[in-house]
Parts: sequence; structure tokens; C-alpha cells
Amino acid sequence: MGLAKRIIPCLDVTAGRVVKGVNFVGLRDAGDPIEIARRYDEQGADELTFLDITASSDERDIILHIIEEVANQVFIPLTVGGGVRSVDDVRRLLNAGADKVGINTAAVTTPQLVADASARFGSQCIVVAIDAKQVSAEGEPLLWHVFTHGGRRDTGLDAVAWAKKMESLGAGEILLTSMDRDGTKIGFNLDLTRAVSDAVSVPVIASGGVGNLDHLVDGVKKGHADAVLAASIFHYGEFTVRQAKEHMARNQIEVRL
Amino acid sequence: MADIAVIDYGMGNLRSVSKALEHVAPQLDIVVSSDPDVIARAGRVVFPGVGAMPDCIHELESRGLRQAVTEAAQSKPFLGICLGMQALFESSEEGNCAGLGILPGRVLRFPAEAMVDDKGEKLKVPHIGWNEVHQSADHPMWSGIPEAARFYFVHSYYVEAGNPDFVAGFTLYPFAFTAAVARDNIFAVQFHPEKSQAAGLTLLANFVMWDGQARSNVCGADACL
Repeated sequence: MGLAKRIIPCLDVTAGRVVKGVNFVGLRDAGDPIEIARRYDEQGADELTFLDITASSDERDIILHIIEEVANQVFIPLTVGGGVRSVDDVRRLLNAGADKVGINTAAVTTPQLVADASARFGSQCIVVAIDAKQVSAEGEPLLWHVFTHGGRRDTGLDAVAWAKKMESLGAGEILLTSMDRDGTKIGFNLDLTRAVSDAVSVPVIASGGVGNLDHLVDGVKKGHADAVLAASIFHYGEFTVRQAKEHMARNQIEVRL
Repeated sequence: MADIAVIDYGMGNLRSVSKALEHVAPQLDIVVSSDPDVIARAGRVVFPGVGAMPDCIHELESRGLRQAVTEAAQSKPFLGICLGMQALFESSEEGNCAGLGILPGRVLRFPAEAMVDDKGEKLKVPHIGWNEVHQSADHPMWSGIPEAARFYFVHSYYVEAGNPDFVAGFTLYPFAFTAAVARDNIFAVQFHPEKSQAAGLTLLANFVMWDGQARSNVCGADACL
């Protein structure tokens, strides 16, 4: 027995509420972030990820208060991402109680931020979030590009090469979201997940598309993910985190039960 | 005089350590401090830390805390966490720097060529996540914690203890490395009890009640109350 594969519920937060949409549109309210965080902790979540999807910068402080409150009550690792643009943003989130900070668009616009933040706070707390979408046509060799701005802007960067570059700059983990799958409930993009996970030596968290518990198993077994992230299957009571872990354990995946 | 001082030397998130201690011991006065006097007068000391070892030693020196840490490690219940455990040893491969030299042994990086599990699959570095801690010595700090309980780890370097008698717990990744050390009033762990849910909170609760005596087998934390 060794290191367990992690299950990480993801809470998209805006205006102080947890929401979830399909492909970043059509947001649906899922509840109070602090209550939801406590529930997942009780169910045995290995970590929690909060994504601040607030558009306006004057509402950014809301997430800091939420993290402070969650960190006072929940004693598992907390990752926070969304709108992180500077070393100062990283510092504020860590001081509020985040253990890791996710850097997404800013890693593309200013890769040096990843280097600076990991040099200052340690690689262990810098998660680079990569939103990837398949750009190769059917029959062509598989190719995925990094997208930014909620999946609307193609950077032209090869997602696998980008993940390796982020590792070399100091990313301690890669949070890999398949933009074509996010919110669709048809399962992770396993080819993408495996290509990235096999290419880097840091852990990869698979995200985007989970609709049932077999998808989580596939993410680990076929996608070679070190951790699996999901939102809607937990938010709306379809499955508990514990059910997900028991299902993975039945499929010979080591989990913390 | 604070009941517990959490040493602040600018390395990492100390808030989560103090919050977890407040959670298990709401009646105690817990301070996060970089003042050597406060640390010297505190009843117990926690030495946490994340980040790189050379920065850790540099920050301790530049803040005038090296002596305070060394004295606390000789005199009162002392809990090292993660980098705060590694810094107690003689040297580290990370930046080839000297440690505090309070315990014999060195800190090594997980060697890339060894990072394969028994099924031939690649093991990632950093070692991030929940792994089993095997208790290799009886100790009051393990009271109420099952053998092979999982704790949360996040590190790329590990301790190779110079004296196996001081190893209180080990973890497999893929080889056995030191997850906990104990000597006299010192207990130090590679994992993060403040992020290890119930098992971690139990360990912190044990620390709050620990008299600083190693291996008092007859008296677990519960029995002492």
C-alpha cells in the first residue's frame, strides 16, 4: 500500500455562492461554499479546490473571506484559483488560508509569475491550471492547445509541451481541464490526461467531464491521473465523495477511506 | 507567557498550523511569533515550514531565531513539521546546505531513477497526497492514531536519519523513508498534521498534552488526563 489517489471536489464560486455551468455558461446555483466545504470534508474529500469565477475585480475579496472561514473549520488542503495575476495575489490567498494557489491565464501571459511565485513560496503551493482543447481533426495525430479566458481564446500553445515548461518553471502540480468536456458529464479526455501525465514528473489532477463514478476510475487507470477533480456529480447529491472512493477501491485503486 | 508558540520565520502558511492547534485546544494561548523571547518563554514550541531548506536556514539566521529554535529543541515539548523537521538534521542536498545539526542525519532528494512502484508505474515528485504512516516506535504522540493511518504529505526531499533509534514512523514511496522522528522532547514529522483531518488533529491534540517525555509507554495522552 502506498500513496492514495486523491478525489478533489471543485467549487466554482461567484458572488459568495457555489455555481456550476456547462462549458462555462448557464450557471446554476449549488449553495453556500462554507456549508459545501464542510460536507465534502465530512464525506472524506482529500482536498478542496475553489475557483473564483468572479468577473469583476472589486468582488475579489469575497473569496478571501470564504477561504478564511473554510480554513478555520476544515483541516485538509485547500487550493484556490481564478484571477491570480501577481505574486501579491498568491500571497494574499496563502495568508487567507489557502495551501496552494492555481495560476491559469497569467501563466500564459507572464510565465515568469510561475517562476517567481514558486521561488518565493515553494513549488508545493503553485498549481498551474491548464485549460486544453483538442485542435487536431479526426485522423490527424492528436494535438491539444492551451486556451485562456474561460476557454474562449486559443493561445496556439501545445498543451503537453506547455505542461513540461510549467514544470520546469516550478509548478508543483498541473490541474488539467479538458475544455471540450467540462460540464458535459461524458468523462475525462483520457488521451489528453495520459499524454500530459506521462510527460511530466509532477502530479496531474484530471478535470472536466465527470458524469459517473466509472469516469473517475478511468481517469486514474487509463488517464494516469494522480488525482481526479469533479464538481456537479457531488454538488447535486448524485454521489457522495465516500461513494466515489468506495467505487474506486472496488476497482483496485488505492484511496483514503 | 504563551502556552504554545508557533515559530514564524517567513516560511509558509503558519495560519493553518495555529488554526488547527486552536481547534484542538481552544482554551490555550497560542501565538505565532518571531520574537526569541516569546519562544523562550512559551510552554511548547511548534517549528513548521514549507519551501526550500537554504531559505529556511537563511531566514532563521537573519531573524536571529537560530538560537531560540535550538534552545527550544533542547528544553520543552517541540514539534517540527515538514521543513521544520528537515531543518533539524545536519545537512540537505537541497542547495547543499547545512542544517541546524540538532539530530544526526541528512536530507536527500527522491532519486529520479528509484521513482517506480511495484507495478512498474512512474511515481511523481513532489510526493503529494495521503500516504500511510507506519509507527515504528511507541510514543505518546501516536496515542489514538491507528497504525498505517494516512497523513497528508507534500515534499520532494526526505530525511535519512543517522540513528535508526530516533525513527518513530516511516512511509513507503517506493522505499521506506522517515515520516516521523522522536528524541527526548523532540517529535518531528514530514507530513502536515494540520492538513491531515482527524488523524492530524489527534496528533496535534496529543502534542498539546504531551509532557515531553519520549516513549512513556504506560501513559498515553488519554490516560494522562
